[in-house]
Amino acid sequence: MDLLHCDFYTEITKFYNEILQMNTTALHGAHIKAGAKMVDFFGWNMPINYGSQIEEHHAVRQDAGMFDVSHMTIVDVIGVQAKDYLRYLLANDVEKLQLKGKALYSGMLNEEGGVVDDLIVYHFESTNYRLVVNSATKEKDLNWLNKVAEGFDVSITERDEFAMIAVQGPSAQAKAQSLFSAAQKEAVEGMKPFFGVQAEDLFIATTGYTGEAGYEIMVPVGRAEEFWDQLLAAGVVPCGLGARDTLRLEAGMNLYGQDMNETISPLAANMAWTITWEPTERDFMGRKALEVQKAAGHEKLVGLVMTDKGVLRAGLKVIATTGEGVITSGTFSPTLGYSIAMARVPAGTEIGSTVEVEMRKKLVTVSVVKPSFVRNGKSVL
Amino acid sequence: MSNIPTELRYASTHEWVRSDGDGVFTVGITEHAQDLLGDMVFVDLPDVGDAVTTGDDCAVAESVKAASDIYAPITGEVIEINSQLENSPELVNSDSFGEGWMFKIKADDPTEVEGLMDAESYGTSIADE
Repeated sequence: MDLLHCDFYTEITKFYNEILQMNTTALHGAHIKAGAKMVDFFGWNMPINYGSQIEEHHAVRQDAGMFDVSHMTIVDVIGVQAKDYLRYLLANDVEKLQLKGKALYSGMLNEEGGVVDDLIVYHFESTNYRLVVNSATKEKDLNWLNKVAEGFDVSITERDEFAMIAVQGPSAQAKAQSLFSAAQKEAVEGMKPFFGVQAEDLFIATTGYTGEAGYEIMVPVGRAEEFWDQLLAAGVVPCGLGARDTLRLEAGMNLYGQDMNETISPLAANMAWTITWEPTERDFMGRKALEVQKAAGHEKLVGLVMTDKGVLRAGLKVIATTGEGVITSGTFSPTLGYSIAMARVPAGTEIGSTVEVEMRKKLVTVSVVKPSFVRNGKSVL
Repeated sequence: MSNIPTELRYASTHEWVRSDGDGVFTVGITEHAQDLLGDMVFVDLPDVGDAVTTGDDCAVAESVKAASDIYAPITGEVIEINSQLENSPELVNSDSFGEGWMFKIKADDPTEVEGLMDAESYGTSIADE
């Protein structure tokens, strides 16, 4: 046996762990107790699976699963200029956030229009916001947040006293609610997708990274393991990073570092919908570069589907009539039963056409689709 | 540590070999190998009648995580393949030494198998990884 194509998690994280010290989350003990296979994920010792990542994937699509996402970074942005600062920092416009608790997905760009990170911002008041950014980019993000904050009257505070658990799946909200107090149940009553609310000791948000309904819950570190155990008792299946990756890819959600990075424009990463161009007088970091790219034309991120045997993998070359591209994320889709991928390809590559992928020295013809495959348990192809 | 049956022989590339008598040997991958690979999604087997030489890449095990070549542990002819793996590749995960077997080889020289590792040597080799 010989490993030919290793995945992103095992290869890249090995490299990082040689230079970083390993962190553990408040749920580390719970993972070990549940028999998790632990891997090094950008300096964090995290569960890749608890036995079978495919079974975990199906649990989320069909019922309810939970993920320890405590490694993600929570940052509060508070101050009289918090809104002005975020309107300059982010390509999406927090001015859209009028309701208390409403959330927005956005890229945080550099001056060249590359993606420093992608994040979710929650609005409480025009002077009070909360960001959730990636763990792999934590130091870089905090440096960038502080650098861009120069001249703005804001304070930027990391909130590492919280663990975070994502409970996802068609039964996730009902099962999680069985743990809530009367006040917490009332707080989430009728809550629409992409909102967050502080209810007693929990911050409960209707967000996720799987294409299913559910909650992402911030819980004080001291109560994290107890909360996890209660979810377990309520029938929520523990799921690792392996299932998280196949779920997010089926849902057509980008993974930072793979589908985009500092050298990739959001226009070339299926994130054009997160750029708010109007009002034109709003200047934001990277705006000028994006305007030039938009006028000149740019690559785009598409979905690929291969119904033949085999698995499309990140890094494989894509050959289109318009030129060459690359697979940025690829996997076997447990829901569909065949391989899917996201690929960055030349501008003229049409949805509905076919392209060729170089796999194991052979060219394989695959279909080009919109980069979204499964939502709410069902194929959207 | 993973299960390593003592009645089998092992290649350093994580294939196991079981003698079925008459110079016929069943080949699969070890429990340790399937654990490294994770959930199996496709297994590409050789054709019955293929002549294989020790070290030939003659099958591919593809998991959610990685594609991996399977090497012929001995020289001979492929006389049977496990067609159950076509629809149930997860048998390689759930029963790697049993129902997850891959193919059978009629050995040109049955004594070649004696050159493979025994369970103890294989156990030591994976402990050193």
